[in-house]
Amino acid sequence: MAVRLRGSPLHGPLAAAAAAELRLSGVCVRLGDRLALHDISMEVARGAFVGLIGPNGSGKSTLLRAVLGILPLESGSIEVAGGPPGEARDRFAYLPQRGQLDVNLPLRARDVVMMGRIRRTGWARPLRGEDRQIVDWALELVRLSDRRNAPFRELSFGQQQRVLFARALAQQGSILLLDEPMNGVDPRTQELFVELLRGFHGEGKTIVMATHDLTQAAAICDNLCVLKQRLVAYGPVDEVLTEDVLSEAYGVHLHFRPGAAAPGHLLGDVHHHESGD
Amino acid sequence: MLDWLTDPLSFRFMRLALAEAVIVGAVAGLLGTFVVLRGLAFVGDAIAHAVFPGVVIAFLAKVSIFLGGAAFGLLTAAAISGLSLTRRIREDTAIGVVFAGAFALGVVLISSSPGYTRDLTSLLFGDVLAVTDTDIYLSAIVGGAAAAVALWLRRALLLVAFDREMALALGLPVFWLETGLLLLVTLAIVVALRTVGNVLVLAMFVTPAATARLLVEDVGWMMALSAAIGAAAGVVGLYASWHTDLAAGGMIVLTATCFFAAALLFAALRGRFWRRAATPTAEAA
Repeated sequence: MAVRLRGSPLHGPLAAAAAAELRLSGVCVRLGDRLALHDISMEVARGAFVGLIGPNGSGKSTLLRAVLGILPLESGSIEVAGGPPGEARDRFAYLPQRGQLDVNLPLRARDVVMMGRIRRTGWARPLRGEDRQIVDWALELVRLSDRRNAPFRELSFGQQQRVLFARALAQQGSILLLDEPMNGVDPRTQELFVELLRGFHGEGKTIVMATHDLTQAAAICDNLCVLKQRLVAYGPVDEVLTEDVLSEAYGVHLHFRPGAAAPGHLLGDVHHHESGD
Repeated sequence: MLDWLTDPLSFRFMRLALAEAVIVGAVAGLLGTFVVLRGLAFVGDAIAHAVFPGVVIAFLAKVSIFLGGAAFGLLTAAAISGLSLTRRIREDTAIGVVFAGAFALGVVLISSSPGYTRDLTSLLFGDVLAVTDTDIYLSAIVGGAAAAVALWLRRALLLVAFDREMALALGLPVFWLETGLLLLVTLAIVVALRTVGNVLVLAMFVTPAATARLLVEDVGWMMALSAAIGAAAGVVGLYASWHTDLAAGGMIVLTATCFFAAALLFAALRGRFWRRAATPTAEAA
């Protein structure tokens, strides 16, 4: 049985494949009086594409934020490329979950993307020509070059999400941390993101993506990590997506067969269940 | 017609007042951009009121009003910043309690002064016609420095305002940037007190910036335009006050308010106002 249920040690094909880019050992994170992550130990190999799944409140965002060094750990440790997260900020490209943005600010699409450069440029230094080139490059990748001067607030939701994706790319990190990047976006944007992510995966970038969409995660990720405060399972897609694991994580009986005829029905169930949380 | 413009300039106090009004208008307009974009209007009003006892004490002790105001202002800004770290009391409630109490203290203190009513009026509503050379140098140096620091940090301040999560992820010192902005706004408020007084000072920060926000869709232009509107309101308001023989501070703020009303009308006519009211919708769930 290659699926490692919670608490079990991490060895095997994944850890051996390449140097670990992220290493979490016994990570606990407390949010208020709630233990949001409990004893998470896992490694993400360089170049891996990991889908982070689990019901709402299972700690997906918390895990990403802990890796970014935003949240303090209650116990345990995190290493990014062998060092503490705080020293690895230049390695990340981060797309946070939507919700806290103040879209009323008078910012154009390119101003938002430029924010991703603030660390590389130095936040109190003037912009350089290089920064502008990278912003143009990032907007080109998300196919919004023609909207670069459009006010951010006047873009559609999907276009805004593409701008935020471009902002993450402008960070020029080798580790992409994406928090539900495709939530609520239009199909074209979704298609574009999948295509881009496949490209970055091919280039050897490390990707960790929190998502609700099991079908999509199964289709594009090579490893899945199932969270429910604890690590429920972590490993290659086909080994993780079993009835046992899903029912433990989601608390409902789910059948999942990758490539099955009607995954939409299954996902509808999962989504419905989650939104009720 | 030309006399209308040149007559006031033959008086030295009027020349000084104009210089002060331009400096204060520009500095407040520039920093006001951040006040408006961060939604700090209430906090700014609280600071403006909370510095009042400091101003009164300095006034009664015959030392610089600026010093008294700055001391209480920095104290208030630190207190507000500290309050933001605890989640025990709602922040706005705590601020409300503190600033009303401080303001009352100021009123009680000034009531001990012999020229009570006149002094109170000049402190509450400003006395720009009484500014001295020293006042202007102080305003130019302190206000200019506050504006320069805000300009220097504008990209970081904007990122914190737009997306705090990303600012944290990028390792910006978010707490210190927020505290720093509060301190800059406080210094600018204290600088502006002399011109429009404790009660009206917030208008110098909020009204020009809100006016600029209606007209442009770019933070850089918004800052520039807001500073220009603030300075223009100072000059036009002073002239209006001179020729009507009405309160200078009030006239300056009323002028800014008229600019705002005109911009609102203009924006509405342009259709911008209405289009902006529409929010982007999710294309597909």
